[in-house]
Amino acid sequence: MDDLYRDFILEHYKRPRNFGELEPHDLEAHEYNPLCGDEIGVQIKVADGKIADLRFNGHGCAISQAAASIATEELIGMDVEEAAKLDADWMLALLGIDISATRRKCALLLLKALRHAITGDGSWPVGATD
Amino acid sequence: MTTTASTMTELDVRADFPILSRKIGGKRLVYLDSSNTSQKPERVIAAIDDYYRNRNANIHRGVYPLAVEADALFEAARERIAAFTGGEARATIFTANATAAINLVAYSWARASLTPQDAVLVTEMEHHANIVPWQLATAATGAQLRWLDIDEQGLLSLDQLDAELATGDVKLVAVAHVSNVLGTINPVKEIVRRAHDAGARVLIDGAQAVPQMPVDVGTIGADFYAWTGHKALGPTGIGVLQADAAVLEQMPPFLAGGDMIERVTRERSTWNELPWKFEAGTSMIAEAVGLGAAVDYLAALGMTRAREHERMLTAYALEQLSALDGIQIHGPLTADARGGLVSFSVDGIHPHDLAELLGREGVCVRASHHCAQPLMAKLGVPATTRASFAAYNVSEDVDALIAAVRSAQRIFA
Repeated sequence: MDDLYRDFILEHYKRPRNFGELEPHDLEAHEYNPLCGDEIGVQIKVADGKIADLRFNGHGCAISQAAASIATEELIGMDVEEAAKLDADWMLALLGIDISATRRKCALLLLKALRHAITGDGSWPVGATD
Repeated sequence: MTTTASTMTELDVRADFPILSRKIGGKRLVYLDSSNTSQKPERVIAAIDDYYRNRNANIHRGVYPLAVEADALFEAARERIAAFTGGEARATIFTANATAAINLVAYSWARASLTPQDAVLVTEMEHHANIVPWQLATAATGAQLRWLDIDEQGLLSLDQLDAELATGDVKLVAVAHVSNVLGTINPVKEIVRRAHDAGARVLIDGAQAVPQMPVDVGTIGADFYAWTGHKALGPTGIGVLQADAAVLEQMPPFLAGGDMIERVTRERSTWNELPWKFEAGTSMIAEAVGLGAAVDYLAALGMTRAREHERMLTAYALEQLSALDGIQIHGPLTADARGGLVSFSVDGIHPHDLAELLGREGVCVRASHHCAQPLMAKLGVPATTRASFAAYNVSEDVDALIAAVRSAQRIFA
């Protein structure tokens, strides 16, 4: 089996969860990966301090799209404050595959957009070991 | 007639390139990214090694024999590099890369020449290096930036060029000789003729052309012709601007400092003669020596022969890729109309994923927007996958590419 393009990655890539637009929404952000031109937008509806609903859109490689799809399943229902603190380690652990340095930004694009939408900080997410 | 590997007269100079004997994950290295940067022949590596081991000294300063020798090596390299593309040594300026060569023109010539009544004409197929400097130069001078379109096959329209020139305000046409994404070979000599008739100057981005086909800057007649060493079998860190000496004489200096001056007093300075007026600071000496060895290698190989070889590889790649399902090829459909590269898209597989999977098979291709985002927007794709050829590629490399694409298609099926 391929170590990167595992079945669940390809499955999320071909049938992404929570993909599309969310109207109305309370928070949103749009991020680009300058390396490849990939882009991911995120729209969030907040209720009682929680992410009540969330959609992502855009286009990108299997890694960026699968990471986004997998992340949204965890994010819906999460406290907004908790979501704002998520770091790169969270995303990479959730993805559960070895990511090379050049593909790291692919995996982190959704998290970058999410953090930007919630905190206004659009910098690349880092992890404890960065 | 069907082109097959067996009917091709194969040029095979792989043995001249040490890196090509490397294995990647146990697989033969299939290097199809020469439009990005080329590999280097032993001769170039040896020339740089010899320079640092035996001949290193600063140039244009020393009077001791070693410095005189380094100086002679550097200027002899300039002579051969200038002659390789049919230019004059005194109008052949070394820069950091092609981008720096274009920026030299954008700062020195454009900012002193453009007014709010003028326009700069670029094309949709330009690399960012031939777009962004003109965005900045037009913004700084109040001039207009206008665009020439490409058609379905990735070709420019000379009629549109004429229409733009007829407005009378175009001061500069900035155009690629060979597109780094579409491979389109532009009719640069004709573009120069028409632009000059309309009183416009022309800058040609020759980064993709010089490495793969005979180029004669004298015949083309552009005011500025920029290219880079590392795509032409030479080292990184050296680019070349070949220009009309009379235009260079009129231009103010770009970077200021040592070596570019004639005399400096507290109040003012006067400028060195060409080409040194545009070469401030210690030059890229080893790189010039290395690029000198690279053009020697290419000249010995013969650029007509190199072009024919790469044209055959391109024709073979176009035919083999077209035979696969779900492949879209960008740019001219015939190898005659394009340089040695093929950009394509594969249905359902993002270029990044494709390049990663190909890389595991030892096949090196570029997957990106190729520093041409306005062109990507026109093509309606975020990125493409590009296989590009050099003299050291063989038809077997195309076979490896096709096999790897098919294998990626199976994984993503």
